[in-house]
Amino acid sequence: MVTIQNYVRVKNLEEAYTLNQKKGSMILGGMLWTKMQDRTIQTAIDLCELGLDRIDENADAFFIGAMVSLREIELHEGLYAYTQGAVRDALKDIVGVQFRNLATVGGSIWGRFGFSDVLTMFLAMDTYVELFQGGIIPLQEFAEKKPDRDVLVRLIVKKTPGVYAYASVRNQRTDFPVLACAAANVSGTYRISVGARPGKAICITDEEGFLTDGITEERAKQFAKWVETKIPTAGNHRGSAAYRTRLTGALCYRLTKKIGEEQA
Amino acid sequence: MDIKIKVNGTLICESVSPDLLLLDFLRKHGCYSVKRGCETANCGLCTVLLDGTPVLSCSVLCARADGHEVYTLEGLQEEASGFVGFIADQGADQCGFCNPGFVMNTIALLRENPDPSDDEIRAYLAGNLCRCSGYEGQLRGIRNYLDYINRKKQGKE
Amino acid sequence: MEHKNYNAIHKSVRKKDSMQLLLGKPVYTDDITGPALVVKLLRSPHANAIVEEIHTEIAKKIPGVVDIYTWEDVPKTRFAIAGQTYPEPSPYDRLIIDRHVRFVGDVVAIIAAEDEKAACKAMKLVKVKYNVLEPVLDFHKAKDNPVLVHPEDDWYPPVDVGGDAKRNVIAHELSGDGDVDAVISDCEVSFSHAYHMRAFNQAMMETFRTYTCLDRYGRLHVISSTQIVFHVRRILSRALGIPKSKIRVEKPRIGGGFGAKQTAVSEVYPAFVTMQTGRPAKLIFTRYESQIAGSPRHEMEVTVRLGADRDGHIRGLDLYTLSNTGAYGEHGPTTVGLSGHKSIPLYTGGLEAFRFGYDVVYTNTMAAGAYRGYGATQGIFALESSVNELAESLGIDPTQIREKNMLREGMKMPAYYGEIANACALDRCMARCRELFGWEEKYPVREMGDGKVRTAGVAMAMQGSCISNVDVGSATVKLADDGTFNLIIGAADMGTGCDTILAQMVAECMDCSVDDVAVFGADTDASPYDSGSYASSTTYVTGKAVELACEELKKKLCAIAAGMLGCEPEETVFEDGCVRKINTDERVTLAQISVKDQVANDIAAVATASHSSPVSPPPYMVGMVEIELDRYTGEVKILDYVAVVDCGIAINPALARIQAEGGIVQGIGHTLFENITYDENGKPVESNFMQYKIPTRLDMGHLRVEFENSYEPTGPFGAKSIGEIVINTPAPAIAHAIYRATGVWHRELPITPEKILMSMPEDDFR
Repeated sequence: MVTIQNYVRVKNLEEAYTLNQKKGSMILGGMLWTKMQDRTIQTAIDLCELGLDRIDENADAFFIGAMVSLREIELHEGLYAYTQGAVRDALKDIVGVQFRNLATVGGSIWGRFGFSDVLTMFLAMDTYVELFQGGIIPLQEFAEKKPDRDVLVRLIVKKTPGVYAYASVRNQRTDFPVLACAAANVSGTYRISVGARPGKAICITDEEGFLTDGITEERAKQFAKWVETKIPTAGNHRGSAAYRTRLTGALCYRLTKKIGEEQA
Repeated sequence: MDIKIKVNGTLICESVSPDLLLLDFLRKHGCYSVKRGCETANCGLCTVLLDGTPVLSCSVLCARADGHEVYTLEGLQEEASGFVGFIADQGADQCGFCNPGFVMNTIALLRENPDPSDDEIRAYLAGNLCRCSGYEGQLRGIRNYLDYINRKKQGKE
Repeated sequence: MEHKNYNAIHKSVRKKDSMQLLLGKPVYTDDITGPALVVKLLRSPHANAIVEEIHTEIAKKIPGVVDIYTWEDVPKTRFAIAGQTYPEPSPYDRLIIDRHVRFVGDVVAIIAAEDEKAACKAMKLVKVKYNVLEPVLDFHKAKDNPVLVHPEDDWYPPVDVGGDAKRNVIAHELSGDGDVDAVISDCEVSFSHAYHMRAFNQAMMETFRTYTCLDRYGRLHVISSTQIVFHVRRILSRALGIPKSKIRVEKPRIGGGFGAKQTAVSEVYPAFVTMQTGRPAKLIFTRYESQIAGSPRHEMEVTVRLGADRDGHIRGLDLYTLSNTGAYGEHGPTTVGLSGHKSIPLYTGGLEAFRFGYDVVYTNTMAAGAYRGYGATQGIFALESSVNELAESLGIDPTQIREKNMLREGMKMPAYYGEIANACALDRCMARCRELFGWEEKYPVREMGDGKVRTAGVAMAMQGSCISNVDVGSATVKLADDGTFNLIIGAADMGTGCDTILAQMVAECMDCSVDDVAVFGADTDASPYDSGSYASSTTYVTGKAVELACEELKKKLCAIAAGMLGCEPEETVFEDGCVRKINTDERVTLAQISVKDQVANDIAAVATASHSSPVSPPPYMVGMVEIELDRYTGEVKILDYVAVVDCGIAINPALARIQAEGGIVQGIGHTLFENITYDENGKPVESNFMQYKIPTRLDMGHLRVEFENSYEPTGPFGAKSIGEIVINTPAPAIAHAIYRATGVWHRELPITPEKILMSMPEDDFR
């Protein structure tokens, strides 16, 4: 059972940042993981009054506030259209509607959880994280960083022309994924992001150029085989490393073909 | 800390611990329909409407609900009565322990999408576990209700 | 089978409590009980250890902590918490708190506090020094292991079931008919395989919970979520060392049981606190506690040796079951029996000989108990899979091989205590299921493209309708003040709707509407003795008691009416809800009788009947499943599940159908993803709903259920049971379909996507 000594609804990001510098402080996301922890939080910092629960959009990018719920992202028409439905595919199996109404994108990304469908999906896109102190950095760079005491303000997804596809394998439909996979062709570069390895998602590009001349059945297979060798996996009780490696190839193959069909 | 939450239309002002969960607050205030079925936000039994949105009250701090409006099944008896009889006709209420959360989320579904397909119903209610019914009877009940409403709209009932 | 036209039974009436439940009214243990001491249990982190030292002084100083109890504070009489008729087949192997803790989760201390926070804080401050011992975790290695789970000398089996705690064995038996070795060696085909089913958790939505207080007479009043009020009273009496007459146990509405609450899992702890403090106490298990210290299915490995001829004639069956009862013996000696007794009889058709042997062993894992299916589920997974393996190896359609060998009405069942199958529509279930499912179209393996393949599997099942010669069902029916009726029972409606179906029977007998029957139960102070709701017995046994009580009541109503009509009771007849004087039109209504009942009357308008059955007629079922298997990932999607059930006659078809659907979905969960595993130290892995995944409505495809009626002469209105059989077909049927799709038989559950994919050649997707 989590114990909270103080709860503060901050008035601005500066206040959030200042409060968060103390050990024992914590910025609240959806509370879904936090409430299960057996720990004491001196100061729980709530960003709920900072207007970060909005998705804004201009010609170049989507701006997704840290407090936007996963459900709002799932239902967002613009993101749906931009990703050909891949974002919705990535989020729809996360526990349930009520859960996704609470879970925040800020909490999901900040946690850099290994099982995260959210991180897996956004890594495949041209995504940046806006930090209060750290400024705007690529999501890839953020994902590799150790958690510090900065404040995650929003995600910025550039509307770089792209084609996307998402798939996961789950032992039970609303369980954590055994493996999650997002494939993309972002302005000519093919990317594969693999999460729930079970480690944190990683994203690689088609640096060998398997797909440079377009996607065929055979090239998709070769690309998938190559990705299989590039993505490290490990075992936990949801699946062994060997199984995850086979899934990596299988999902990569299937998603690459899907992207090929989408492009054709 | 002092909070103000409107529960089923009545404003409650109270001093609470910052870690009090909405679920426990609601039960303390007589909303016994709100059930706890797990500690891991997996079962959906504690579903309530927070400003009209279905959420897991086991994962909402009272502190965060401060200034907001909450509805539990106690406050939505009439809206629920419209369709729960169709579930009862299927015998799908069974042990009943998951019913309040299921009914609350069905209310949210029907407000958002008054004429959902079977697949839309399954997807929206996926976070509401039930160990007794096998779900098919719940689906039949909702389907029969929707058919009844649609017939009524067409002036056939 | 023809059934007459009924007034109240064989009708899908709503459950009597349905609107209360659907509108979220406070009807469960925690909703209806007032303020009480919060009881928390400190549990062992070790699978096998002795408590060397335990210090509670510091913890007791936490404000709000009322008291903390350890092994030194509890009575020294061993008892069993299995809800079974006395003398229990389960050994007396428990203390309220034992110094020797035998699984991760065993109780080390009981904490009573004014509130939850104080109790949790105190829990962290109890200091325990353990002498950690090596555990026995693998049930294959338990028998004659030098590590003994129960080395104590006061281990006591009230009934000799072949157990020997000094060998880690709690039960052993060998039975049979004919010379099975000779028959099988004479067969054209024979093989032997072992099938392994895990200790699945019931995962009912309401966890274990109990409230206790002293009533206005100073007696212990227990309000508990239980299927077995009378057994709980007896168990508490022995455990606490107080007379049964000083204990009252009642159950309110129950949030699901499935057998879990046929064991007194939570009752003794708050009861002990109330007896010590004199104060109300309440224990609510967390989901974590329900998962790690509940009363789940017995893990079993069933080895089937099958002998047949090439034409598919099954001639010999030899089953051996190894059952894991965990750290304590609840239901251990009895569940195992069903793995053979409720599987082998399905093939009575041409069977020449059978043998069935078993051992039930202790290990340092969570104690098992009763779970819907009660051993039959494990046996049927094994035997039905074997028959499917036989059919596939001989190239015979598996539905046809069953038609050749199955039990049929009128046959004597040597493997089922020599009982006669009075009512058996198994053949019609198979025929109807084939037709409804579209077996001819769905059985072939169909490539769907993109690595996906569709195909089907089949299984049959049986169960019992009570524990013959043991279970007692009772009912009291009385005329109320206004000509309606009260039905008072000791059976426990745990959501299944037995309150309603028993009321339907009263309405049928007394020619009234179901609404005119008020039901009360279960309460040891008020209800007539009933063994409780388990073993599929309530409809069949308690239902018969209702019928008998109504007959008795009619006689009394006729006697009262005779006085009003000025004739002898023999000159009256009960008809259409009235009593009429024979050969006249003179009649009195129930309302008039109820008025007379209250004025100058010396005949009580109430009747109680008890019933027990010398036989336990099996219900039968056929299940067929269509799956889509993904050869790239190993995922299995259930598309369509069709079941046809013979439960005699469904007293309430809607409720019977829901029983079937609910049981099938539980079975799907067990087959595909529910799992119970332990780490190398005996720590449970699937200890919450984040790890123990039960099916959602996205995991079960489409279900279709129909009934084929039969008429069981010993049951009420021809009825048999429905509650348990329904969980038995998914595992063998789905395993069969997976074989069809992959060419690999999976003999261990759950059959996860990983097991499926890794059993197939490396480069399938390429």
